[in-house]
Amino acid sequence: MTVRWFYYAAPQTFYGLAGRLWPWLAAIALALTMAGLWVGFGLAPTDAQQGEGYRIIFVHVPASWMSMVIYLSMAFWSVLGLTFNTRLSGMMTRALAPTGAMFAFLSLWTGALWGKPMWGAWWVWDARLTSELILFFLYLGYMALSSAIDDVRRADRAGALIAIVGAINVPIIYFSVKWWNTLHQGASVSLTRSASMAQLMLWGMLLMALAMWAYTLAIVCYRVRTLIIEREGHTDWVQALPEVAGVKA
Amino acid sequence: MRWETWSDFWFMGGYGLYVWGSMGMTALLLLLEIWQARIAHMNALALARTEHLSEKT
Amino acid sequence: MNAFFSLVARDLRLAYRRKAEVLSALFFFVVVAALFPLAIGPEAAMLRQIGPGVLWVGALLASILSLPRLFENDWRDGLLEHLMLSALPFGLLVLGKICAHWLVSGLPLVALAPVLGLQFDLPPDVLGMLSLSLLLGTPVLSCIGAVGAALTLGVRGGGVLIALLVLPLFVPVLVFGAGAVQAMQSGLGAQAHVSILLAMLLPAVFFSPWACSAALRIALE
Repeated sequence: MTVRWFYYAAPQTFYGLAGRLWPWLAAIALALTMAGLWVGFGLAPTDAQQGEGYRIIFVHVPASWMSMVIYLSMAFWSVLGLTFNTRLSGMMTRALAPTGAMFAFLSLWTGALWGKPMWGAWWVWDARLTSELILFFLYLGYMALSSAIDDVRRADRAGALIAIVGAINVPIIYFSVKWWNTLHQGASVSLTRSASMAQLMLWGMLLMALAMWAYTLAIVCYRVRTLIIEREGHTDWVQALPEVAGVKA
Repeated sequence: MRWETWSDFWFMGGYGLYVWGSMGMTALLLLLEIWQARIAHMNALALARTEHLSEKT
Repeated sequence: MNAFFSLVARDLRLAYRRKAEVLSALFFFVVVAALFPLAIGPEAAMLRQIGPGVLWVGALLASILSLPRLFENDWRDGLLEHLMLSALPFGLLVLGKICAHWLVSGLPLVALAPVLGLQFDLPPDVLGMLSLSLLLGTPVLSCIGAVGAALTLGVRGGGVLIALLVLPLFVPVLVFGAGAVQAMQSGLGAQAHVSILLAMLLPAVFFSPWACSAALRIALE
């Protein structure tokens, strides 16, 4: 099993694997999206309190989940990269970051659009929204650091370290923001649904979350292939690739 | 089906702006991301090809 | 241990020779604290309410100003590499640099804050909690900030980049530090806040030298 893992840790072999995987993942993502939207908009009932406005959760909640899952994945690959000194780990982390940042932004945007009709304000200092905002800053910090350093190896490893430090801090940040939130607000304003959510609503959210997961895997595979070409472009195996060598001169 | 007419669907019980503002931004960002990834890939291939050609000559 | 103290002493001596850099960060703190009443208005009741937060944010920003300097000069001299390759425990030496940094940049903020607190009409017991919270919080800022400084060694856009990296990580310290002062103000008692600040201080002092050494090794290779 160990041999298999390190086999795919080489950019050359991963390139092929990712190339075969991403079209399937994209197709799965598309199918799941359509299923999720069908359940969410076609089947799920109207909410008693929030009317039709609640349907934003079908993107808001999955986007929040993905922004957190992706950050954890970045931390995972960062630990792997610093421990085993593999080039691919740095590329995975770099490929994950923009998508994670996008989902964090979407979470904030959809959260605001959900909050406005419900609570009357475009932004509420809800504990989860505030933590999401800080997570967004953590993403921006990682992306700024890794693009500011010219040397690719150093950029990867510095980024890995900040990703790990950030990941360790996320629970601490969340705890402190929750504390701050309960201290400063009488009634806790919460955008989370109560436990008694209709089955179909849960299904819709789940399908959309899986769709976003498949999409993330697809786009990360695609992006890592791009990074591999960029970084290993001078090597023989890349030069021999049909998409590089097969240009009709 | 939940919706009687298409206009009911777009109106979304009065929440149309918010719901479609959310879905629209989601779709927009996903498409932008995919487009950006594709362009980056094409550029990387083009760069690798120039190295290839310079080696051939 | 000898090396630790001599490094701290050396950094303090160097800081003394470059007084201007240290003092300008302190003056920044003073200026920022004065900007808020100018922007918002001088009503005493409102100033008392925003005072703890404003002073904490001012201290935070002033701490960040001094971070790029932490490793920069020694890196340019080659001393950092020399220390890294020597037989001395690198983590301990890094801790020494962080201590010296705090003594020069953080401790003066602790001393200055109560004076500025008078501008916000804060009563003596609140001023005392302000100092205590800053006393516990600024070392954490130095520890976390040092990691940011180490990662961005020699990178263009260093100062702003450090701020972007490090400010999100400062949020817990800010929440509990400013919260402690506000708790004191409202008479609720700040024991919980102080305990949590202590709970953040000890791991920070313990783990930061380790993370910094890793970051410096990444930067110097």
